[in-house]
Amino acid sequence: MGLETDYEIPVLTTSAEFMVQWARRSAIWPVAFGLACCAIEMMATGASRYDLARFGAEVFRGSPRQADLMIIAGRLSRKMAPAMRRIYDQMPEPKWVISMGACASCGGVFDNYAIVQGSDQVVPVDVFIPGCPPRPEALIYGIVQLQKKIAASKLDQTPKVRIA
Amino acid sequence: MSAEEIIAAIAPAVPGATLEALVSADAAVTPSLLVSAPHIVAACQALQGPGLEFVAFSDVTAVDFHPTRDPRFDLVYHLVSPHRRARVRLKVRVNLGEPVPTLTHLYPGAGWPEREIYDLFGIVFDGHADLRRLMMPEDWEGHPLRKDYPVQLRKDAGTYMPLQVTQEEFQANMERDRYQRSTAKPKA
Repeated sequence: MGLETDYEIPVLTTSAEFMVQWARRSAIWPVAFGLACCAIEMMATGASRYDLARFGAEVFRGSPRQADLMIIAGRLSRKMAPAMRRIYDQMPEPKWVISMGACASCGGVFDNYAIVQGSDQVVPVDVFIPGCPPRPEALIYGIVQLQKKIAASKLDQTPKVRIA
Repeated sequence: MSAEEIIAAIAPAVPGATLEALVSADAAVTPSLLVSAPHIVAACQALQGPGLEFVAFSDVTAVDFHPTRDPRFDLVYHLVSPHRRARVRLKVRVNLGEPVPTLTHLYPGAGWPEREIYDLFGIVFDGHADLRRLMMPEDWEGHPLRKDYPVQLRKDAGTYMPLQVTQEEFQANMERDRYQRSTAKPKA
């Protein structure tokens, strides 16, 4: 990026790639996908006290077709896994996934037959947030990390590895 | 009404049944009876009768006593009499593979609890119209609340959900949707 001062109005020059990734990371629309108690913290994050709108990610969408981020907020049961995969598949590219909390990331306290031991068995996850549940600050930190990841990624990056 | 009084009231209506009063900490509120498995429908029918009026079905659940007891399961029924403000608890002892008659003909609300017990304990209810799994995925193997179930089982997560409509239904839905979009709404 450079500042050109030769003109009457100062002009910023940059690359198309930077502009596109700037637009993508500045307006992340998460899909409203709460599975358990982490969803309460996710709602708190979106509400006025923590105000996720400061980071441009407050527009929780009811439809996956309008969203580009999925926050897996809570324990993922085996029965829910195919439904979550279907929601993920309905999201348009480019899309990102945050695994919020211990249960979504590794099963947490639910070391049993009913809970998927890590949601990365079902969808590719970009950011894992530890905590049980993570505080809103932790979720915001995770979203900022995701923004950094988007800023650092290339436009022609190879598609993410898909799990069947 | 104590358990003994309830037994005295219903015993003539259920000939051949083993009815036994059970000791419980909450006997003053909820008397408990043991009923033999083949007679549970007749017993409930008698409990619905005049004077007792246990017409509301609260819940049925099960307990697994494996490996300490031989008829390993206890089925626990809770019935309520809203008119008399009374409750009763019925216990039925069954073993593995022993079918129990369904209560859905007397209490339609027993349908889902019985499905849940079938799902989690594998107890079959004879005469149930729709005995499918309720909690676990439909293709699940085993009955997780049995005491001999491997709780920390490791298994790949399923990611595929079969389509729940046929191709013809899907086509019909699409065409109806197209029709509704193309025809103007009548003015209200």
